[in-house]
Amino acid sequence: MAENVYFEDVNVGDDIPSFTRQTDLMHWNRYAAVNDEFVYIHMDDEAGRAAANEPGAFGMGNLRWAYLLNMLREWVGDEVDVRELGVQFRAINQKNDVLTCVGTITEKIEENGDHLVRLDTNVINQDGVATCPGHAVVALPSRG
Amino acid sequence: MADEPTTLVTQEMLDSRDVWSEKVYSRPVELNDIIKWAIAVYWPEEPPRIYWDEEYAKTTRYGGIIAPQDFNPFAWPVPRPPARELPKDAGVGERVMNGGQTDTFGVPMRPGDVISQSSALVDWNERVGRLGLTIFSYTENRWENQNGELVKSRISVGVRY
Repeated sequence: MAENVYFEDVNVGDDIPSFTRQTDLMHWNRYAAVNDEFVYIHMDDEAGRAAANEPGAFGMGNLRWAYLLNMLREWVGDEVDVRELGVQFRAINQKNDVLTCVGTITEKIEENGDHLVRLDTNVINQDGVATCPGHAVVALPSRG
Repeated sequence: MADEPTTLVTQEMLDSRDVWSEKVYSRPVELNDIIKWAIAVYWPEEPPRIYWDEEYAKTTRYGGIIAPQDFNPFAWPVPRPPARELPKDAGVGERVMNGGQTDTFGVPMRPGDVISQSSALVDWNERVGRLGLTIFSYTENRWENQNGELVKSRISVGVRY
């Protein structure tokens, strides 16, 4: 859908729809192929363990970044601008992790004719570990 | 025992602050690369039509297919860059971590675009934390399209301790 959400329809404290993927080598290899990101720690368990990650190979931070953008655009629709995204990579994406991107509206801002919404975002794994705290700013259409 | 350093700021950092690198240009963005990118980051589900269906995309305000905002037109460079090796047994000020990144997005990338990128070390700060003396350095990387429009500005935070 082109535009899913209007500025007047959201409130501070609202949670937006989440975006979930269970990741393994199928996802990482596809991402490596498009982003030219063939690094042994993302491909080979032995290399992952040598890098002090006992379970073995682990996922790319860039893929979690993509998932966060996917969450935001699925929420707002094709024709709405994501203006800003920021993250810190805090925990590793292990093989077969179920990653859930989440977002909560923290602020509504009207400035220079824009209707902006600020969110706290994160990527939570199946154990409830917050792997990727961050924030986003999205410009929503207004009914006004 | 050697004295612990009192600062991790190097002369190279002082010399390079706010000095922008020469622009590097991507090859023209290809529709097929956009589609493959979208398939990869939405796998195993079908990506949104805005990334692959020209007829649908024409009906949107963009008037055509756009790339996902995380699309990297600089992937697969030729000649190949040298592999980076992390120092072994790194000492104080040689250990590094990725401190995160913030992107500010401008216009979307589209098929046929040629994207330029340029970067500069723009700021840093130091403090003594749980890892000892630690420096956080901020590098800005700006991408523009062939019309000089901002595609994105990324601030990357490098952590060295």
